[in-house]
Amino acid sequence: MEAVQTDLAIIGGGCAGIAAALAAKGKGIEKVLILERSPALGGVLRQCIHNGFGLHTFGEDLTGTEFAHRYVGMAREAGIRCLLRTFVQAFRRNEEGIELTAVSREGQFSVEAKAVVLATGCRERPRGNLLIPGTRPAGIFTAGTAQRYLNLEGYLVGKRIVILGSGDIGLIMARQFILEGAEVLAIAEIMEKSGGLIRNIVQCVEDYGIPLYYRTTVSRIYGRDRVEAVDLVTVDENRNPVPGTEQRIPCDTLVLSVGLIPENELAFDAGINLNGKTGGPEVTERFETSMAGVFACGNSLFVHDLVDNVAKEGTRVGEFAADYARRCME
Amino acid sequence: MKKEIICIGCPTGCQISVEMEGARVLKIEGNRCPKGAEYAAQEAVEPMRVFTGLMRAENCEKPFAVRSDRPVPKNKMLECAAELKQRRPETPVHIGEIVFADILGTGANIVAAQDFEGE
Repeated sequence: MEAVQTDLAIIGGGCAGIAAALAAKGKGIEKVLILERSPALGGVLRQCIHNGFGLHTFGEDLTGTEFAHRYVGMAREAGIRCLLRTFVQAFRRNEEGIELTAVSREGQFSVEAKAVVLATGCRERPRGNLLIPGTRPAGIFTAGTAQRYLNLEGYLVGKRIVILGSGDIGLIMARQFILEGAEVLAIAEIMEKSGGLIRNIVQCVEDYGIPLYYRTTVSRIYGRDRVEAVDLVTVDENRNPVPGTEQRIPCDTLVLSVGLIPENELAFDAGINLNGKTGGPEVTERFETSMAGVFACGNSLFVHDLVDNVAKEGTRVGEFAADYARRCME
Repeated sequence: MKKEIICIGCPTGCQISVEMEGARVLKIEGNRCPKGAEYAAQEAVEPMRVFTGLMRAENCEKPFAVRSDRPVPKNKMLECAAELKQRRPETPVHIGEIVFADILGTGANIVAAQDFEGE
């Protein structure tokens, strides 16, 4: 396949990527290309059916899907070119600019761009990171995966559910599991307080009378083919389990909501410097990474609490990237 | 009587205290915006929530997102979800379209929160 020529290539078609694309287009960059691996634009917003989005951006209380609908609509109106079901495998800098290798159903091809915006979002911390002993049965999901199965595919992951961690996605899913007819037996949080927003503690946990245990974690998982029970245990100030405090809870599903990590395998492979604390690329005040002409924004830079902030940042970074691309053309 | 309320209007989550005499609100303190006062006054008397959930269209396995176009009583959320399972609208469904009018006599309409073409 022939190489695709563009002024600005944006990797990821979620809110950050779309906002960056719109801003660059607004700054007069003609050829802006979004590369998105899933079949639709919108990113994680597509599976966020709860409200609370867009208070700053639109002055309205929207669901994630409604927020996404508006941004995708703006991208369409602005005539931004998008390649869906297209996965960027690698990129590197050469004399002319940045060369990306991507793959779609048509096969592998290259994209030659003057500037690149990384808007690859984040992913969830999996079970392997938590070192929970026990068997490896079916019925263990991260909260975002459970959310995708339910909201996009229509599958409820279980009937009797324990949630480990009280991140926002876990809290949101606790409520939704109950509305869909499942039981949420407990939420266990290892810290003294939740990492989630207080309004989610109120409207997702307290509203439905779900027990939320602080200083508590899962110390063991039981079950051979499917989860049958978990042990909850109290932890001391060093987060070590206190012997004798184990409490076995029969359940069929364990949902993990234990944090998000910026997704930067691409940037890492390209040799871009990453920050150990945020997990995102190190950037200048213009959001440029250690590779000239490559910018980063949104949850791939660091995990944001609010999509409104992602949108705002994406807009700024789109402008910076547009300035860079224009300088290359002069 | 004093009621302590946490506002859910935005991520700030203001801690608001509402002084009540019976069902009458006397004083509201702790809110950082006018919306907070509005929320707290309502929450102290009859808690209301925007309903968000899923609905399935005729002959479809995959669901689509719906919401109430205004808050409904908090204690009707489960009933709302159950009620929506009783009905299967036809595709295509368009964002903003009413898919269930006046749910449970609350005066709130359930509207589609996404476009859904079907499978």
